[in-house]
Amino acid sequence: MTKRKGARVNRAGAAPYLFLAPAMVLFTLFLALPIGYTIYLSLRRVQVSGLGLGRGSRREVFAGLDNYAAAVADAELWAGWLRVLGYGAMVLAVMLGLALLFALMLDTAHVRLARFTRIAIFLPYAVPGVAATLLWGFLYLPSLSPFQGVLEAFGGEANLLGAGTVVYSMANVAVWGGVGFNMLVLYTTLRAVPREYYEAARIDGASELQIALRVKIPILIPAIILTTVFSIIATIQVFTEPTALRPITNTISSTWSPLMKVYRDAFVIGDVYAAAATSIVIAAIALVLSFGFLRVVKNHAFGEG
Amino acid sequence: MRTRRFSAVAATLLTAVLAAGCGGSGSDAPESAPSSAPAAEGPVKLTYWTWVPNMDKIVAVWNNANPDIQVTVSKQAGGDDASAKFLTAAKAGNPPDLVQAEYQHLPSFVAADAVADLSQLVGDAKGEFSEGLWNLVTLGTDAVYGIPQDSGPMMLYYRADLFKKYGIEVPKTWDEYAEAARTVRKKDPKVYLGTFSSKDPGSFAGLAQQAGAQWWSISGESWKVAVNDAATLKVADYWGGLVKEGVIDDMPYFTPEWNKALNDGTLLTWPSAVWGPGVLDANAPKGKGKWAIAPLPQWNAGENVSGFWGGSSTAVAAGSKHKEQAAKFATWLNTDPEALALLVKEGAIYPASTKGQGVLTEAPAYFSGQPDFWQKANEIAGTARGFTFGPNVNVTYNAFKDAFDKAVQNKSSFADAVTAMQDATIADMRKSGFQLAQ
Repeated sequence: MTKRKGARVNRAGAAPYLFLAPAMVLFTLFLALPIGYTIYLSLRRVQVSGLGLGRGSRREVFAGLDNYAAAVADAELWAGWLRVLGYGAMVLAVMLGLALLFALMLDTAHVRLARFTRIAIFLPYAVPGVAATLLWGFLYLPSLSPFQGVLEAFGGEANLLGAGTVVYSMANVAVWGGVGFNMLVLYTTLRAVPREYYEAARIDGASELQIALRVKIPILIPAIILTTVFSIIATIQVFTEPTALRPITNTISSTWSPLMKVYRDAFVIGDVYAAAATSIVIAAIALVLSFGFLRVVKNHAFGEG
Repeated sequence: MRTRRFSAVAATLLTAVLAAGCGGSGSDAPESAPSSAPAAEGPVKLTYWTWVPNMDKIVAVWNNANPDIQVTVSKQAGGDDASAKFLTAAKAGNPPDLVQAEYQHLPSFVAADAVADLSQLVGDAKGEFSEGLWNLVTLGTDAVYGIPQDSGPMMLYYRADLFKKYGIEVPKTWDEYAEAARTVRKKDPKVYLGTFSSKDPGSFAGLAQQAGAQWWSISGESWKVAVNDAATLKVADYWGGLVKEGVIDDMPYFTPEWNKALNDGTLLTWPSAVWGPGVLDANAPKGKGKWAIAPLPQWNAGENVSGFWGGSSTAVAAGSKHKEQAAKFATWLNTDPEALALLVKEGAIYPASTKGQGVLTEAPAYFSGQPDFWQKANEIAGTARGFTFGPNVNVTYNAFKDAFDKAVQNKSSFADAVTAMQDATIADMRKSGFQLAQ
């Protein structure tokens, strides 16, 4: 018996490895190697001598953990994290709240124009981030904005790109673009639920609202957790919206979000070594945040874990 | 509607594919060339990164006349991104043979050892250029890191018709400019005389040059950095005061809002460079024939100086396998009369070559109200002075944007913003190990 089992494993021979090969090769080439190279770069720096002009005046040397020390000690990075956390909390709450609301509304028995509404809500997700931001940017610009007149009529603060308002304007772009996708994930999960559940609830005398709160949302919890994790990762990496809005407003610095700082260090200032170290720090924080969230909700939502 | 949208998408995809194709062949060329090297077999193939419009047409003339040296143009987006891209390509070991290098970025290219010294290859090209421009490509050393192509002497663009309407004289000094700014605000609170852009360090550098600033200089084996010298602080305080007073707007240049203001006549002046007509033509079509130029206002009455905003040279990559041929092409492009005429006509540039400036006679169509546009521009060009750029201009310029964004936003001291630029520049140079003079 045991002998035969062993033989079967042997007979499989190279096949499993062959099947694994494409994935492993891709993983190595496009994930493991770049990460390894980033770590290597993060441990090095440039040493210039004299004027730094001409051949041989610039050498790459081993820097130890200096770049990490500088990255962690940079107040601008942490200020960036604070801005992103505030922005992220707002985006997450509004985006997922709206997605859940829309998904539940579309799933109710009597809704007209369901198909059209679904597509209309999803459509912004298909607009590339840069295009979406530019589009909104034009709507925000004081002298071009159609909102301007409306805001002024109500005596409101008119500049949508001002120091106090720009973060909401950015969050609006992210929410506009992200609600559709998250709604679709939740809605698809809802459609997979056997209709008998609702029928049973209805026979027990539950209203549509009660069905939504007591039946649908509990069923949706895993999907909500999934979308939350995705959204956390996406907001930590916020880059497109502030970068695309930056040229038209003077309220967004080149280090507004941590990833913008990495971009600035690498491609504006030309210090890829510092940028590499900061990237690793950001990746570590993103991992901690997303896994931390998963741990917390695992214990709370699934109880038995 | 649908078909139109589709064709737009198709065109975009096609461009992407073509661009990818060009990029591929571009990076292959220097690799495959050395195997067929010592010139005997086949023509030498050179790649050239530039954003001068219609450069492919100009290069075609060269290619026809020089079957042994074939140049392929790879069109780039201009500006700071182009410099970052070139530095990255040089670091990765596959730079183009030739690259358009803005004067302010050239020192960082040199510092990164990304461009070649052409002093043995360019013969007597030096005589074709004014000494100020030539210094920008030698950095004050014996080496030659590029051939000057175009330059950007600064002048004052103004709406002649609206100046008349509001009863303002063309300001001769910056004091008069400030007075005019106040007058305009009084006559029409919707209109501004000018705006201060916190996004354009190049413009600020030009204004500082006019005031006599020397942000970098080389003394012996060390760099002297003085971004916050007295001249620069004077310029910063002047504009900071006007912004704080509210008589000058603070919207950045090259934004949709700015275009709108230029177009509808709510912005009356633009201190800019000689390449301004193209920008105005594209963004303020309604102003055609209504704009005019004058020398920049002066700091002291009776003076006559200007600064530079922009301008670029043609450099040869240190990694190029065919430096000699590349240098030959670069010299032809920027000094040969035929090439200069083409650069002016097809590329719409203001040539760096003294001889090339003479080619310009007929005023740009946009300046139909000013037939002596080029005579005036050439006169002003003669009064422009620059300064040596340092090896980390990108750091300084980035610090400008962040610091002045904040200063404009909070209406706080512009002089402090200049100090922030100086501190960032020094800190970066110290970190890399540059020798600094005190």
